[in-house]
Amino acid sequence: MDQIQMTLLEQITGLHEVPAGAYNIRANGESVQRSTTAHIDIVTKEDKPGIDIIIRPGTKNESVHIPVVLSQSGLTEMVYNDFHIGEDCDVTIVAGCGIHNGGDRDSKHDGIHSFYVGKGSRIRYVEKHYGSGEGTGERIMNPITNVELAENSYMEMETVQIKGVDSTKRITNATIGDGAKLIITERLMTHGSQYAESEFNVDLNGIDSSTNVISRAVAKDDSRQLFLAKINGNQKCAGHSECDAIIMGNAKISAVPEITANCVDAELIHEAAIGKIAGEQLIKLMTLGLTEAQAEEQIVNGFLK
Amino acid sequence: MLELVNLSFQVPDSTGKPKEIIKNINLTLKDHTLTAITGPNGGGKSTLAKLIMGIERPTSGRILFDGLDITDMSITERANAGISFAFQQPVRFKGVKVKDLITLAAGSKLSTAGACEYLSKVGLCARDYINRDVDGSLSGGELKRIEIATIIARNTPLSVFDEPEAGIDLWSFNNLIKVFEALHETSENSLLIISHQERILNIADEIVVIADGLVKAQGPKDSILPELLNGTEGCKFYQ
Repeated sequence: MDQIQMTLLEQITGLHEVPAGAYNIRANGESVQRSTTAHIDIVTKEDKPGIDIIIRPGTKNESVHIPVVLSQSGLTEMVYNDFHIGEDCDVTIVAGCGIHNGGDRDSKHDGIHSFYVGKGSRIRYVEKHYGSGEGTGERIMNPITNVELAENSYMEMETVQIKGVDSTKRITNATIGDGAKLIITERLMTHGSQYAESEFNVDLNGIDSSTNVISRAVAKDDSRQLFLAKINGNQKCAGHSECDAIIMGNAKISAVPEITANCVDAELIHEAAIGKIAGEQLIKLMTLGLTEAQAEEQIVNGFLK
Repeated sequence: MLELVNLSFQVPDSTGKPKEIIKNINLTLKDHTLTAITGPNGGGKSTLAKLIMGIERPTSGRILFDGLDITDMSITERANAGISFAFQQPVRFKGVKVKDLITLAAGSKLSTAGACEYLSKVGLCARDYINRDVDGSLSGGELKRIEIATIIARNTPLSVFDEPEAGIDLWSFNNLIKVFEALHETSENSLLIISHQERILNIADEIVVIADGLVKAQGPKDSILPELLNGTEGCKFYQ
């Protein structure tokens, strides 16, 4: 991997070197490095681009990294990654995509991640998106995440897109089984003329299933964002969605929460708030000696942390 | 230390006519003193504090700080010149931690132990608070104490406190008095406290009474306080 690719890798995974445990690094459309462990296998798909990640039942305290970096302008790819997670596992999965586009043609990575989480397993899934490069070509990412949570399993999903992605349309579909729980935390910032759309569809199908979908977003300059969160309560269950957004400059944000109760014992709540940075917050930080621009930066960084 | 010269402040009333909030005030605060500003509600005390910090701009008049004309300076410039301001209602932030706020106030990298020291001074068990967000999860009294800790961390020549007693319980209030006494005794800095509380007025060196946008009285505590304590009805400063 070259320096640009290493920088992208660092941005999306926080790693300075090859990770410990299982990993698969994909660069410019090809798998360039891979490592498996006794409990975690990674197999290249034969019918389409992508990999199967197979985590054996009972695997605990292990991690899988599957970052993707694109530094070749004009490259477009669609990748299918399937995670088959056995019963009673406790695993951290780190994915993410970094695009450096120094040319004038659009670069695009569309990833479809499917998680089949076995009974009683706990998964932490972290996904970061990042773009860089001076080229006029757009950096485009359209991730789809499908989640199936079996009985009493638990998944925590953190997605972050802070910088440099020109266009993104993110879709997360989940079905939650008996006693299972899905927590989604999204951090999103758009600037310039970027567009981001984030859609969540969660079906609470199991008895005592639950979900919490939390989005924190900042839209600057002329950027636009659309947040859609649909939760269907089909059993005795608990669902909550929350979109909290700061709007700046000439940006536009829409938040469309939708909750549907198909069972009398479904308890569903949605919250959505959009507003500019409160003037008194800026004033307080200015009385501590920060300039208005520094105060704004501090507030936005804290909000997205 | 601080001089207000012919200071006036107007806002348009409901019919659009100018309404005078501060009326041609002349006031000098001495070095190294604890000055309390008191007076009836709506008399212009908080406005005066905001004019000093630059949160509001005067319609006319000048503000001099250690001889420097700060009238046209921004809030940031005044803060860096050495003025601090404690809000009557502390601001809440999502995602800004107590430690972040105190570190920003101290103006330099601060260790956790360093930040904890400031929290201890305002009677908060630092370990419980240092990593909490300065948001709705904190009570009014807790926020108020954190606000005061940020002012102590700044350690500027002048600190302005806008009704520090507002919204805090009695226990916190007793400690608050001790905090102000300690601040006054251990540093050369000047404190300007806007307050209705007799116990705060009682620890002041100087008291200024402001009513109806005017300075009704100014002088040493011993000469002003007895008159104030005669009761509002009979107090000549309130008439």
